[in-house]
Amino acid sequence: MAKVMGKPVALNGDRAVAEAMRQMNPDVVAAYPITPQTEIVMRFSEFVANGEVDTEFIPVESEHAAMSACVGACAAGGRAQTATSGAGLAFMWEVLWVASGTRLPIVMHMVNRSFSAPLNILCDHSDSMGARDAGWVQLYDETVQEAYDNAIQSVRIAEHPDVMLPTLHALDGFILGHNLERLELLPDEAVKQFIGTYKPMYSLLDLDRPVTYGPMDYHDYFFEHKRQQVAAMERALEVVPLIGEEYGRLTGRYYGLMEGYRLEDAELATVVLGSTVGTTRVVVDELRDQGVKAGLLKIRCFRPFPAAMVAEALGDKKAIAVLDRSLSFGGQGNPLFFEVCTALFSHGFSPKVVNYVYGLGGRDTVPAQIRQVYHELIKIDREGVTGPTLRYLGVRE
Amino acid sequence: MELKGWREIPIGGLIIDAGNSVNYETGSWRSLRPVIDMERCSHCMICWIYCPDSSILVENEKVIGIDLAHCKGCGICERECPRKAVSMVEETLVEEGV
Repeated sequence: MAKVMGKPVALNGDRAVAEAMRQMNPDVVAAYPITPQTEIVMRFSEFVANGEVDTEFIPVESEHAAMSACVGACAAGGRAQTATSGAGLAFMWEVLWVASGTRLPIVMHMVNRSFSAPLNILCDHSDSMGARDAGWVQLYDETVQEAYDNAIQSVRIAEHPDVMLPTLHALDGFILGHNLERLELLPDEAVKQFIGTYKPMYSLLDLDRPVTYGPMDYHDYFFEHKRQQVAAMERALEVVPLIGEEYGRLTGRYYGLMEGYRLEDAELATVVLGSTVGTTRVVVDELRDQGVKAGLLKIRCFRPFPAAMVAEALGDKKAIAVLDRSLSFGGQGNPLFFEVCTALFSHGFSPKVVNYVYGLGGRDTVPAQIRQVYHELIKIDREGVTGPTLRYLGVRE
Repeated sequence: MELKGWREIPIGGLIIDAGNSVNYETGSWRSLRPVIDMERCSHCMICWIYCPDSSILVENEKVIGIDLAHCKGCGICERECPRKAVSMVEETLVEEGV
């Protein structure tokens, strides 16, 4: 596919995702409104009402029903999508596993929101990180452009015959969801061509080749089906960058599993995902100007986790800070930290690594805080890890 | 039935061969075995209609016995038989030949 000219527009993340959905024209969209995702399906329902898509839009009574409707639609051979946030994802919980265990390539647009209580509608990653073991491919968006791009690529990743796993991409609530950014939209036709037509391997509605979806599966075969899901995740490590490369040829924007920013010759590195990557880039540039060898590793694909690449990119660093926007209470760290440490250790590296929790419940994460992280890394490099391994960024003592 | 490895089976727990429940023997779940008293049986087929596992064996419109490889021993045949021709016997007693 040759490169096509994008159309520059200013949209917030939710509207950008809604545009991508309009262009993808899924067979079924089932969703329930929840802040900060609401604007996606609100906008999409306008497209349905205006006849701009021929999607069967199901305004369900709950998120449990939304995901269940997607499971049914996808099992019937359709392309199914939904969108949710925070508590909405929590209410889907049981069915997230049904979707992945049944190997249904559903796509979910996930706008990150903290879990109550206390009640909070603002951004952190408790929701999607909480669902990290649900068997879904997880991509994280840095910008509104990426929210749009990842929405489109998610379909190809999910439906790839080597993968066949539900896929979600997560954009930070409000920070990306509700803020205007400049981005480029592809022509409708280019999106249509890029995602192609979904040809399901099996369909409930195929009367010539009848199949049973969702039978009992006991001690004799359940374990084998889980092992297949593991293998599919491993293959997704190959497929995600393949699709990212193809998308790059179309748009000029290439995507991999992760991205190093001024990382190669860096001595001090942070590992970040989501919109805070952008903030960190600014600080890295600033520190480089001051002669500090700072670098950044952005994780785009959290599930499957590109462990070997992460270990290779970080193994030679003098000090590393992993930034988590969610908590695993009582654990020895938090989700991204666990992954990075295990990747390093299992590949024979043991640099100094600390974990920072930041931005919970929508707390602003500003350059000064990221600067503080790098300054503490300078100290850790000189003196070793003297304080606690688990640290909290921007919380009042 | 020989169990297959994870590379050899359809993904997602899908069953793609119609009618393959015959290959899944559920008879081992049974703790009570239906025994038909052929002298009382009138071959009315009530048990055949009610059996949830299609385990009443019929030949030439006559009940000839129970498919023990699939009968789970639910006892519906005993309850529904209008002539009280079916009795449920403890499997352990059957095995001991009592």
